[in-house]
Amino acid sequence: MDAGAATTAEPGGLAGHLDGFVRAVRGAGIPVGISQAVDAAEILTVVDLLEREQLRHGLAAVLLQRAAQRPTYDVLFDLWWPLSDRPRTSADAGDDGNADGEPGESTLDVPGLDDAELSELMRAQLLKLLMDGDEEALRRFARMAVDRLGRGQPSPSGQSFFSYRVLRALSPDTLISQLLAGLLNEGDRGGLAEQVARHTVRERLAAFRAAIEAEVRRRTAAEKGRDKVAKNAIRPLADQVDFLRAQSSDLAELRRAVAPLARRLAVRLSARRRLGREGRLDFRKTVRASLATGGVPVVTHHRPRKVHKPELVVLCDVSGSVAGFSHFTLMLTQALREHFTGVRAFAFVDTTDEVTRFFRPGADVVDAVARIGREADVVGFDGHSDYGTAFEVFADRWASAVGPKTSLLVLGDGRTNYRPPGMPVLADLVRRSRTAHWLNPEPRRLWGSGDSNADRYGEVIDMVECRNAAQLSEFVTTL
Amino acid sequence: MPRPPTQFPQFSSVADVSKRLSTAGYLPDAQIATTVFLADRLGKPLLVEGPAGTGKTELAKALATATGSELIRLQCYEGLDEARALYEWNYKKQLLRIQASQGTDGADWNTVHDDIFGEEFLLSRPLLTAIRRTEPTVLLIDETDKADVEVEGLLLEVLSDFQVTIPELGTIAATRRPMVVLTSNATRELSEALKRRCLYLALDYPSAEREREIVLSRVPDLAPGLADQLVRTVRALRALELKKSPSISETLDWAQTLLELGLDTLDESVMRSTLGVVLKHASDQERAAAELRLN
Repeated sequence: MDAGAATTAEPGGLAGHLDGFVRAVRGAGIPVGISQAVDAAEILTVVDLLEREQLRHGLAAVLLQRAAQRPTYDVLFDLWWPLSDRPRTSADAGDDGNADGEPGESTLDVPGLDDAELSELMRAQLLKLLMDGDEEALRRFARMAVDRLGRGQPSPSGQSFFSYRVLRALSPDTLISQLLAGLLNEGDRGGLAEQVARHTVRERLAAFRAAIEAEVRRRTAAEKGRDKVAKNAIRPLADQVDFLRAQSSDLAELRRAVAPLARRLAVRLSARRRLGREGRLDFRKTVRASLATGGVPVVTHHRPRKVHKPELVVLCDVSGSVAGFSHFTLMLTQALREHFTGVRAFAFVDTTDEVTRFFRPGADVVDAVARIGREADVVGFDGHSDYGTAFEVFADRWASAVGPKTSLLVLGDGRTNYRPPGMPVLADLVRRSRTAHWLNPEPRRLWGSGDSNADRYGEVIDMVECRNAAQLSEFVTTL
Repeated sequence: MPRPPTQFPQFSSVADVSKRLSTAGYLPDAQIATTVFLADRLGKPLLVEGPAGTGKTELAKALATATGSELIRLQCYEGLDEARALYEWNYKKQLLRIQASQGTDGADWNTVHDDIFGEEFLLSRPLLTAIRRTEPTVLLIDETDKADVEVEGLLLEVLSDFQVTIPELGTIAATRRPMVVLTSNATRELSEALKRRCLYLALDYPSAEREREIVLSRVPDLAPGLADQLVRTVRALRALELKKSPSISETLDWAQTLLELGLDTLDESVMRSTLGVVLKHASDQERAAAELRLN
């Protein structure tokens, strides 16, 4: 429906418009090859262009390659193929829903309502919609709410819309207690039912907020051009989020991105153990099997090879400055623990303690990280990283942990707070181990600036920049 | 780019996909229906990716039922090779044939040679079977991510041309192109080349409304109110960071369990005693019990 309307303004018609969209998708960091762009054009000839959702899912099927790209894609799609303000055809009125005659909407058309009364009326309606949980109705309501409540002061550059104005006027968070009362029966309070109801309410409120934001983006794009909106609205893909700058809302998503990575690493290591040349010929088994083929030994059987058990020692900085980062690396440690017995984990701030016991198979990572903070002896003095002391304590107390079979993994930013870096100790550990790597969550250009000792450490150990999940996965595959 | 052999679209519209899949017992949402429709129309393989238990394999089965096709399944695993995926010569039988002809003088080398590399000695594996069939076929390549990278190369070749060359027999091309569904749990990133040739469908846990419909269609005797409660509880469980979130099939198991036990409400004590149906890790159970205040 809108596809045709939007493209009339574009040079090159529908194809040109699609090209612009594909470029925007590329610009957001989603790789789209030429053949995929061609496929996208083919999609346009097959789907029903009057059905916006068909177009959305159809293009997604050829342009995307990972589930994590979907949120970004959806934002861009809404900007490039927007819903129209006015229903153009009768078919539109049906699914677009901006049309008059919406039940409940007509009550708001009473003239002479002041702002307070209007928002009071709309709050009541929102409460009802949230209670029902009909997502389509909620989205329609969000569109109307932005129109009625979201306008900022008109300026020469055009009308602007703000989501905070809508949310302030409706203050959906204050509806929670009423919603809970509506969803729960008397006497259900406190237990399972309330927890479940709370979750449902949270989910619906989040959906409402997302709908408001999408609508504000759409209107702003109509006023100010979509390129400008696209630039601000696109959040980095989950695996590109900087470990050190991750916000709490990113954390859950990041953890999901890291979880399969951990599994992949474990699979890689175990695959390496299994693949490769087989062991010595098992003569008895081979002769036995050859009887089935008339004495011709068609298939040879071999004894299983002696497996080399990888030993991994993880030495992790858990001080506040790298908290976000160490969390994910500890997750990796946990995943490895579930597959191998030979994994030992050590954490340090200004002294070192073994934390392997918190990662017994089956343990919960979030729990384990919290327990390390509480129970492990990692802070000896003032809670600021002291690499020198930490390395010394490690080399002294767990001298046997690092041997010729051990892979050593050090995780930290290498910021020593101008304390002794403990270079000789580290160099000795590296020399004794089979392989050694240091993952540093700071950008390479900052290594060596201020109290960072990263470039000097880099001379004795292989130091790898590891700022986001994508780099972590790259490291894992080269290991 | 030549479009391989005959390819008859099976579905007339997206609505048709929805209707026929629903009849086959699979309730698709708009995304699934659209993508399936396009895969059918464009004749491209469909790559379905998502967490375990979101109905990936089920989709392929429903697709086979809806189109009246036979489902041919290639289960991938580490170490899967051409001999297991494509075809293999039955060497034991070949050896027997050679040995049997040794006694009689009449058979010269040429006849034996032609003989032992004939249809009779060819073991057809799923990929070849799917290509040779003349009736409608849905080829399901399950858990593609479990297979080694080399298998992807093999799939690329087979899926782009739909033909297989057997040196002794010549090239066998598909007379009727099978509908291909690949599934992946995303434990490893599939190669770009393979993804580019497929339509990508990311399956996630369904919306509350759709999951409720699924529960009611699969366990029709369940009271709608209980189904609603059940689905909302499962969604609350998924929001916790568990090692293994409950899947759709586990929701269905749970619904079945409640039905079998004759329970009509889901309260703390019921949940404590049946939590094992949905959560299969001890640590997950502990966590859920704490977060949902079961104690």
